[in-house]
Amino acid sequence: MSAQKTERLLNLVMCLLATRQFVSKEQIRSAVPQYADCRTDEAFERMFERDKEEVREMGIPLETGSNSAWFEDEVGYRVDRAAYALPEVSFEPDELAVLGLASRVWQQATLAGPASRALLKLKAAGVEPDESSMLGIEPRVRTSEPAFEPVYAAVRDRRPVAFAYRAARTGEVVERHLDPWGIVSWHGRWYAVGHDRDRDATRVFRLSRIAGQVVPIGAPGEVEVPDKVDFRAQVAALAEDQPRAEARVRVRAGAGVALRRRATTEELGEGWDELAVPFGDVEVLAEELAGYGPDVVALRPEQLRASVVRRLRAAVAEPA
Amino acid sequence: MSGGATERLSRLLAMVPYLLARQGIPLREAARQFGLTEDQLVKDLELLFVCGTPGHMPDDLIEAEWDTGHVYLGNADTIARPLRLGVDEALALIVGLRTLAEVPGLHDRDALDRTLAKLEAAAGDAALASRQVTVEVEGEADVLTAARQAIGANRRVHLRYFVPTRDETTERDVDPMRVLLVDGRWYLEGWCHRAEAVRLFRLDRVVSIELLEVAAELPPQAVARDLDEGLFVPSPEDTVVTLELDPPAHWVADYYPVEEVQELPGGRLRVRLRAADGRWLRTLALQLAGSAQILEPAALAEEVRSRARTALAAYPNV
Repeated sequence: MSAQKTERLLNLVMCLLATRQFVSKEQIRSAVPQYADCRTDEAFERMFERDKEEVREMGIPLETGSNSAWFEDEVGYRVDRAAYALPEVSFEPDELAVLGLASRVWQQATLAGPASRALLKLKAAGVEPDESSMLGIEPRVRTSEPAFEPVYAAVRDRRPVAFAYRAARTGEVVERHLDPWGIVSWHGRWYAVGHDRDRDATRVFRLSRIAGQVVPIGAPGEVEVPDKVDFRAQVAALAEDQPRAEARVRVRAGAGVALRRRATTEELGEGWDELAVPFGDVEVLAEELAGYGPDVVALRPEQLRASVVRRLRAAVAEPA
Repeated sequence: MSGGATERLSRLLAMVPYLLARQGIPLREAARQFGLTEDQLVKDLELLFVCGTPGHMPDDLIEAEWDTGHVYLGNADTIARPLRLGVDEALALIVGLRTLAEVPGLHDRDALDRTLAKLEAAAGDAALASRQVTVEVEGEADVLTAARQAIGANRRVHLRYFVPTRDETTERDVDPMRVLLVDGRWYLEGWCHRAEAVRLFRLDRVVSIELLEVAAELPPQAVARDLDEGLFVPSPEDTVVTLELDPPAHWVADYYPVEEVQELPGGRLRVRLRAADGRWLRTLALQLAGSAQILEPAALAEEVRSRARTALAAYPNV
């Protein structure tokens, strides 16, 4: 069934590419063998309308028009060859190697299919990549968040969306309405940047916190993306875990290496040091500190100290 | 079903120009390029073979031959040029190239710049949406540059490397293989002479890297790992722990390689998690205190409680 449909669409595309003139629906019906199987005019009409739509969705520039010699109401179809074909472009072997590397950035991700298809199109000139010119680096990006696909599509199509969003700490889920401008992978996680209709301000949403469906609430093209927005800077500024304050923490000598790597250390003697640790979210830091158990003591701010104590008490209270 | 048909048509329209430019390409090689099995490729060729321009007499049909194990294609002039790049296709490659260009410490960017310029010109309007997608690859520029230098010059490196599960810094000699960015983090993959095995080193945990006056000598068993399934390799010596997670701790199931996830009433999850290092599990359990319980092993649960009790002694006034 599927193979037959692919044959029909391929024959249709070849038929419309082969002609310079617009060809009428009736001519198409007799030129594409698979349409001969349609028993009624209505069946053919329905099938042809659907096929036209799908061919256009593939990006094939299927035009409607009439030849001057015809009556104006006689509509015909063709595919403009110049608009169809990839412009002549030739890549050097080292450039193709770089393109190969770029396509593998999306390995196992939503855009992996389009990336490898694009690469094959660009290789059509017959040049083979020179793999020895590789850069020695292999960046890969995953798009494992279920919300990636719908949010990416909304960004690409500039279409407003609504979704349920889980707040970072409270876990409370609230319906949000967003005009999406861009999508950013930052520290290995995907974020959407845009105009938050509920807050009437620029906001950043972590895709992994979107719960459930992403629903379009407007037409494609409706979102105006501001010209000069640095999406990356927005995410860096608005993501919740940016350091904003400094905590004081006592750490056993030799322990807490990860903390020391981002802190300034003051030796106290007697096997202890005091660290100044920059942090963004008190609860995130408290979680980390609790993990060290007796090797770390939270000193300031008070909120941090209280949160660590609360966590340790919960750990003591664990049932066996 | 319809997605299948247009998806396949897209592939065929890309395949025809590719094969026309490579007459006689081995069937196996062509299949590999398109991510197909040889049988699937033959099915595609059989389909092309019965399609053509109006008339559909033998002269109008696409010619395809593959009996000898080599593919020949002809009489396909109407679709000899590839379809121009779609928005997703252009975006995937352009954002991929920009991601490469953003890599810290990358100096040899000449080929990158040339490629990007050509691609943007060829993509035309389809390239517009690509500015809305950004991949941040900020990283440890010094370590990255040194690691790439070592790979280029085929030199051994000496690493001081921090191991958080043991909360200590280790020293080791490594013959580097490649530098990777996975899930937003940079890694050096190489043959570790201390472990006598291929290891991945997170660059943000490299305390220092030094190029040695010794050539790297990769043994035959130094094979780059396939990272598509993730970074974690299970081992029989792993500690296996069973946890119950409240909703605030559900991220554990996304973040770490869990073996079994079972949904319980009240939005709780029961997961089985393995780790090479028991100390890391102890740390994780304390971090999750209040939103996760250790069911097994009981000894680990007791150890966590005892550590928490000792830690609380440092807070006498609360």
